[in-house]
Amino acid sequence: MDEILEVLEKDARIRPEEIAKMLGKSTKFVKSAIKKYEKQGIIVKYKTLINKELLKEDRRRVRALIEVSVIPQKNLGFDYLAERIYKFPEVQSSYLVSGTYDLLLVVEGDDIHTVANFVAEKLAPMENVRATVTHFLLKKYKEDGDILKFRKENRRIAISY
Amino acid sequence: MKSRDLRISKIANDLPPSGIREFFDLVLGMKDVISLGVGEPDFVTPWNIREAGIFSIEGGQTSYTSNKGMMKLRLCIKRHVKNLCDIRYDANNQILITTGVSEGLDLAFRAILNRGDNVLIPTPSYVAYAPLVYLCGAKAKIIRTDFHDGFKLKPEMIENFADSKTKAIVLNYPNNPTGTSYTKNELQALARVIKKRAMIVISDEVYSQLSFDFKHTPFASLPAMKERTIYLNGFSKGYAMTGWRVGYACGPVDIIGAMTKIHQYSMLCAPIMSQLAAVEALENSKNSLDEMCREYRRRREFVFKGLNELGLSCHRPQGAFYIFASVKKTHLSCTEFAKRLLKEEKVAVVPGIAFGNGLDSFIRIAYAAKFSDLKEALSRIAHFLKKHRR
Repeated sequence: MDEILEVLEKDARIRPEEIAKMLGKSTKFVKSAIKKYEKQGIIVKYKTLINKELLKEDRRRVRALIEVSVIPQKNLGFDYLAERIYKFPEVQSSYLVSGTYDLLLVVEGDDIHTVANFVAEKLAPMENVRATVTHFLLKKYKEDGDILKFRKENRRIAISY
Repeated sequence: MKSRDLRISKIANDLPPSGIREFFDLVLGMKDVISLGVGEPDFVTPWNIREAGIFSIEGGQTSYTSNKGMMKLRLCIKRHVKNLCDIRYDANNQILITTGVSEGLDLAFRAILNRGDNVLIPTPSYVAYAPLVYLCGAKAKIIRTDFHDGFKLKPEMIENFADSKTKAIVLNYPNNPTGTSYTKNELQALARVIKKRAMIVISDEVYSQLSFDFKHTPFASLPAMKERTIYLNGFSKGYAMTGWRVGYACGPVDIIGAMTKIHQYSMLCAPIMSQLAAVEALENSKNSLDEMCREYRRRREFVFKGLNELGLSCHRPQGAFYIFASVKKTHLSCTEFAKRLLKEEKVAVVPGIAFGNGLDSFIRIAYAAKFSDLKEALSRIAHFLKKHRR
């Protein structure tokens, strides 16, 4: 992976001129590379990772992993149905997986009823959805490579040879 | 006080204390300091390595190991060094596992030095070399390398300083505190003089894995150098394993044998959990090593350019995680500069004199710190320089 992407993936707020300095490239070069990645959809967007479990007003929101078994459709495969499902705003992530079911969804809602309603009223009744299994998430430890636990850092002695 | 002095041996009593102890205490007594004064990685040991350590304790592997170190680890090192540069060491009698490179250094000096010998030590250098030589009753002969040469040791300097009592020379590259390293050609030129003067080389290559601009060449891999080089390396810097205290020495059978003898009576062996963690480091950590190395290289560029923009002249370091910058233009001594920077801006750096006499106009900046800290530190240094502009 291009080092520009490696840097941005770790911290999207690092400015192009700083990346340019780090990589020994011109700012212009970095800016145009970023623009190119944005255009190609390689850089999708820049967002902030928030540990919502620490937010009071958000604490009651619930997330669930939902396994969905579907009947693939002629000429359309899984994609058509997957799209119909992932377009619901409740669906945070959606994957086609191998194994005993087909789609794996991460669904988020204000409370347990919202998620239950989504499954009962939107997802399960869909034509070609064969079965669903819902797992409510109890605790989030790590997300997209970042450990969410607030860690004390820097146990090093402040000065040494 | 007097009677107390008598309890201490003359050699220990005369061992000069670090000249900047007071400054260190000042830093340690202050809160919320951004420290660019740390001689160790800011990364935590990669998890797979930590896990191997935990696993060894869980499994009840809590015993001594062979004095030489576990065969498993010695074989890993043998393979690692062979892949690196095609030098072949016999895991039976040419590799010794030490408690960090620090112990390796101590053993190396003790194994080869007689009272009255001298050892060439190019400076700026890591602080331990000269005192360890002194503890052996030998003399450290300091070779000052020059800022204008990028602090590189030149063959003619060795020629000029070596005399009939010169037993060995210490090489350290990539260097702490300058980050200077040597290409294969430059090393070959040094090797020729070293061969001519028939001295032993103690090569401290603990930063070898953090080489940014060219492939690191172990000194022992040069023609005719294997039989006169004590190759010291370890896990502290590359794998972020400073606290594990594990390193190794490779060298000729007679010298490793002598070092092992001293080691078996003093250290006995390196901690077994650290040795097992080191096996994991060598076998399965290439990705984390590469990732850390790329991160250091990016920081190097950022800090190097930042300092230059501030007018603090320095060379682009070729390895390790240090920059040795001149503060001459501030007309402050390095200690004064460091003290004021600490008090006024809460940024810690190490005064250059810690690394040798006559380095009064330099400071060592360690970029083993996260990017946001480096950025903030540079802007504080900028503020400081503005205030003290003459």
